[in-house]
Amino acid sequence: MTAISSRERPAPASPLAASLVFAWRSLLKIKHVPEQLGDVIGIPVLFTLLFTYLFGGALAGSTHGYLQFLLPGTLVLAVVFVTVYSGVTLNADLATGAFDRFRSMPVWRPAPILGALTGDIGRYLLAGGLVIGLGLAMGYRPAGSAAGVLAAVALVLLFASALSWAWITLGLVLRSPNAVMSIGFVILFPVTFMSNIFVNPATMPGWLRAVSNINPVSHLVTATRALMAGTATISQVLWAMAAAGALIAVFAPLAALLYQRK
Amino acid sequence: MITSTPSIIGDLAVETAGLVKTFGAMRAVDGVNLAIPRGSVYGVLGPNGAGKTTTIRILATLLRPDSGSARVLGHDVVREAPTVRKLVSLTGQFASVDTDLTAEENLLLLGRLLGYSWRQARRRAEELLAAFGLASAARDQAARLSGGMRRKLDLAASIIVAPDLLFLDEPTTGLDPRSRSALWEIVRGIVADGTTVLLTTQYLDEADRLADRIAVIDHGRVIAAGTRGELKNSVGSAGLRIRLLDPAHRDRARDLIADDKIAVHDEPDPAVLSARVPAQQRAGAAAELAAHALGRLTRAGIGVSDFALGQPSLDEVFLALTGSQAGPAQPHQAPPAPAGSQASR
Repeated sequence: MTAISSRERPAPASPLAASLVFAWRSLLKIKHVPEQLGDVIGIPVLFTLLFTYLFGGALAGSTHGYLQFLLPGTLVLAVVFVTVYSGVTLNADLATGAFDRFRSMPVWRPAPILGALTGDIGRYLLAGGLVIGLGLAMGYRPAGSAAGVLAAVALVLLFASALSWAWITLGLVLRSPNAVMSIGFVILFPVTFMSNIFVNPATMPGWLRAVSNINPVSHLVTATRALMAGTATISQVLWAMAAAGALIAVFAPLAALLYQRK
Repeated sequence: MITSTPSIIGDLAVETAGLVKTFGAMRAVDGVNLAIPRGSVYGVLGPNGAGKTTTIRILATLLRPDSGSARVLGHDVVREAPTVRKLVSLTGQFASVDTDLTAEENLLLLGRLLGYSWRQARRRAEELLAAFGLASAARDQAARLSGGMRRKLDLAASIIVAPDLLFLDEPTTGLDPRSRSALWEIVRGIVADGTTVLLTTQYLDEADRLADRIAVIDHGRVIAAGTRGELKNSVGSAGLRIRLLDPAHRDRARDLIADDKIAVHDEPDPAVLSARVPAQQRAGAAAELAAHALGRLTRAGIGVSDFALGQPSLDEVFLALTGSQAGPAQPHQAPPAPAGSQASR
């Protein structure tokens, strides 16, 4: 074996370059392990179809009218559920020797997490695009401009990235990827149902309406719905951004602390 | 500590003093002292749970020691961790490749992180895949590779930029004999190119064949260290094994051979006896012992089917060393713990 070793030692990748390499890794995983997108695609499609055709008539008088109300909500629902995978994949990663290797290399420490979060945006776009595509096919027509729809998607992505920190925190604490997934879904089901995704909270009993009104998911849905309908106000968008900011403020430092201790 | 004391001996790859790491009540590493010279293969040998992996994880900056100090290539692993990371490379106990990615993608990923451009990283990946006989598997997902190939890929990944010190944590656990020899050959090549290798293993033959110096570790402590020869000498310079034709003669044979200088032991095989020449004996004592023993047996009419004379195997060394320390009366017992924590021990 001749000269398999290379003594040439380049300067290690910059924080940005390292993060982008990890984002690339994350996208490669979507490419090589597409089956992990099964739930990602299944849940939003199922819910959009189920609620529109099964409950739409009863809830809003017509399936078409209900879809106009529901679709921005299922867009949020889809992307919010996909965020759990940030914690699931991180947890799976931490258990492998690959992560030990990354951590023993001269690589900016937060790069694996920030890179994965960046790569996850690909997954959110996939899920969001799917729901909007399905909605359009079923007859949904956004009243707002294309710019409004794009702004809505951008807002949902921002919120999703913020919420991912919660699952990353969970992923750093729990023992197995399955535990992260189960606990994530156990939390998300009530949180998403006790919001304004499916019905107007005005029909709820007072205590539930109060819960729904302080639910960050409700703020996001309100803003998304308004942006897609072209009726958004600054304060609606700011509330959603504030919810995202609060999630980051709580969970990002917590995750960073736990990650340091690992 | 504000000032950093420079290492007294500059040519050590690893230098630890009183390294301790506990997990709850378990003292995984319990005062490990190591001095590993540069430019060699150093074997850390011990059973499962002896503290080998924990020691390596501390040295590779993945764990912080609770107390004691460790310097790698002259740099403190806690205070100068970023510097240490530039100089070392780790191949973990279970393959440290990303099994979802292809062989080539694994190398590209690490090459990029180490600072190569995409083009340089691609060239280096091709070079390594070819050198390790993995070129045909470049586009296969690492999960589909055989254990031996995955380990090769793992080693290739460790030397994308050749480290000054390479940690190999049980590199051949679970591999078939042919893959093991292939891997040993690769490790020798890496060492010949100037990398110091710190290898942990639970296989004595691996340490015997690969390592220049060996530390035997058990219950989180180094219980012996030195060259292979030194370790073997510490147990007894040479041994004699005699297989009798008739196992029924073993008791009589034992009495005939044993005297005040020579202790004779029964081996698990009912026809086999072993005798050990004490370490302090002069050269040639082993041959005299053999002649003396065989003479007596012949005169007594006890048939011998075969005998062997030689240095003890590392197996014997290992069992002698770990066995002698396993009892409750350890000479270097830590001071009694406070009453509160005693219950959990």
